[in-house]
Amino acid sequence: MLTIQRALVALCAAAVAAQAQAQDFGDPENGAEVFQLCSGCHEVGRGAENGIGPHLNGIFGRKAASVAGDYRYSEDLQRAGADGLVWHLDTLDAYLENPKALVTGTRMSFSGLDDPQERADVLAYLRQFSDDPQNIPEADPTARAPEVELSPATLEIVGDPAYGEYLSSECTTCHQRDGRDEGIPSIVGWPEEDFVVAMHAYKQKVRPHPVMQMMARRLTDEEIAALAAYFKEVE
Amino acid sequence: MKLNRRAFIGTGAAAAATLAAPQVMGQGKPRVVVIGGGAGGATAARYIAKDSDGAIDVTLVEPTRKYYTCFFSNLYIGGFRKLSSIGHSYGTLASDYGINVVHDWATGIDRDAKTVTLAGGAVLPYDRLILSPGIDFVEGSVPGWDVTQQHKMPHAYKAGSQTELLKAQVEAMPEGGLYAMVAPPNPYRCPPGPYERVSMVAHLLKEINPTAKILIADPKPKFSKQALFQEGWRKHYSGMIEWLGPDFGGGNVSVNADEMTLDIDGTVENVDVCNVIPAQKAGRICELAGITEGNWAPVVPHTMQSRVDENIHVLGDSTDQGDMPKSGFSANSQAKVAAMALRGSLTGAKVFPPKFTNTCWSLIDTNDGVKVGASYEATDEKISKVDGFISQTGEDAALRKRTYEESLGWYAGITEDMFG
Repeated sequence: MLTIQRALVALCAAAVAAQAQAQDFGDPENGAEVFQLCSGCHEVGRGAENGIGPHLNGIFGRKAASVAGDYRYSEDLQRAGADGLVWHLDTLDAYLENPKALVTGTRMSFSGLDDPQERADVLAYLRQFSDDPQNIPEADPTARAPEVELSPATLEIVGDPAYGEYLSSECTTCHQRDGRDEGIPSIVGWPEEDFVVAMHAYKQKVRPHPVMQMMARRLTDEEIAALAAYFKEVE
Repeated sequence: MKLNRRAFIGTGAAAAATLAAPQVMGQGKPRVVVIGGGAGGATAARYIAKDSDGAIDVTLVEPTRKYYTCFFSNLYIGGFRKLSSIGHSYGTLASDYGINVVHDWATGIDRDAKTVTLAGGAVLPYDRLILSPGIDFVEGSVPGWDVTQQHKMPHAYKAGSQTELLKAQVEAMPEGGLYAMVAPPNPYRCPPGPYERVSMVAHLLKEINPTAKILIADPKPKFSKQALFQEGWRKHYSGMIEWLGPDFGGGNVSVNADEMTLDIDGTVENVDVCNVIPAQKAGRICELAGITEGNWAPVVPHTMQSRVDENIHVLGDSTDQGDMPKSGFSANSQAKVAAMALRGSLTGAKVFPPKFTNTCWSLIDTNDGVKVGASYEATDEKISKVDGFISQTGEDAALRKRTYEESLGWYAGITEDMFG
């Protein structure tokens, strides 16, 4: 537990410097208009084909420079793809802001979209032509995860057990409230501080489990404290 | 606390009288009727009853006395679970939570009068209605197949006797025989379900009939967890499974249940088992209620209320909500959001921001489990995916075993969360 705590203190310090950047997902209707800047070279939608630029169907979650067919990419973009560049919200956002900043030798001669909202909108529009998470659950996100600041005072927060009880319904789909442990560990009756530290360790990816990292990442510090206060009293 | 049919008819008559006058609310406890006792309905009924401490009258309408979960029904086919281990009854919801459990079919909904009619004749008045009826099949989606042929060519996509039948058919296959699956088009219940099913059938056949073959005709160019399943099939069931996507005619099929044949793009195969999973739509009661658009019932993401009628919440597979896959986990997650929103309106309970989650575990072979999951948020337009994860190809055996064990824990957890 000590090691994690020490790691956390370091993380906390780093996180204070980081900005909270809760950016809303764009508006696909506005995005359709912004896309007119792109449509001279790129097609998207039913029957879209490669033209001056590659078609953009299914771009979310796709490796850079990997459209099937005979489209000839710049060497730089091919190298970026081979190095692991995958098109997600964040990478596409960076590419649209300034293509040459992300891929120096790209043949996409586009000076970039300065307005973050326009970029968000056009990406929301393009997102509609990639796999839908409803059908392919591993498909790329369609909304942005809120980023949360973490301060050293986190451990001091006094949790509200009533709020914790409400939040606990998300936990008890897997963790049984009566504390039985059948493949998924018991989380009832923990000392509050252990609970809080463990959750922040997931949130900061110090602890490895992907489900718990996801669950913890969307909880605020107050929510984690509330859950700790609630589960401490459950027997 | 159990009510019999007569008691209900009584309530119905009394309510019809009060309905003549407006303002049903405020004249006694608000009444919530829940239709469908699966992952959405049972969870919603339990959370409303539990968290309202008797301030809301909850009636749960579910035709079966023993409910078999679709999730883990593939594990029964593979021999990893007994059928009895995935059957649940409603005794605890009635005795410990005071829910009126009525085993009957809902056959009609009068949205103006706010009443539900049951096959047995009873009429249940409601202030809020929750519909969580699961799926029905789109007629004619697989030419040659309709529900009257489900005894020859089972769908096994509603768990219970259909699942038993499918397993019995696999066990009765001749040596070296052929099992065919007609996979459904998007969207449908449990995206990885058909492919976990194939894995479990392969596991069973490897033990009892190792020269048998499996053929999947699929209208989709790709499917959930495809890389994981195909890696697993090569590893555990080499040469046994053939998947035909639309490029190979998988989207152009018809069947003949009397001849036991499957026609794939003009090539007729004789099959020993034909598992037809048709295209799907919202449970029929949603159509009868007049709240569907196309095949599904659109909902408001923040509360799961129907976009057509704010007095009705819709949960789970029947909904058109956005990014969440149609799964038991999703329905359970949506049920808690709906229960909170509904208590907020009916009793003024505190309402917190909604949060949605889903995780789907699949078993490929003994101790080889994989998972995919995501978190979601409500936007005005839809429930949007925020963040997610998926098992990776090439993971070591210890991690896959832990993933499987985790799924056992989840099953125990969610069924307790549903049935108490």
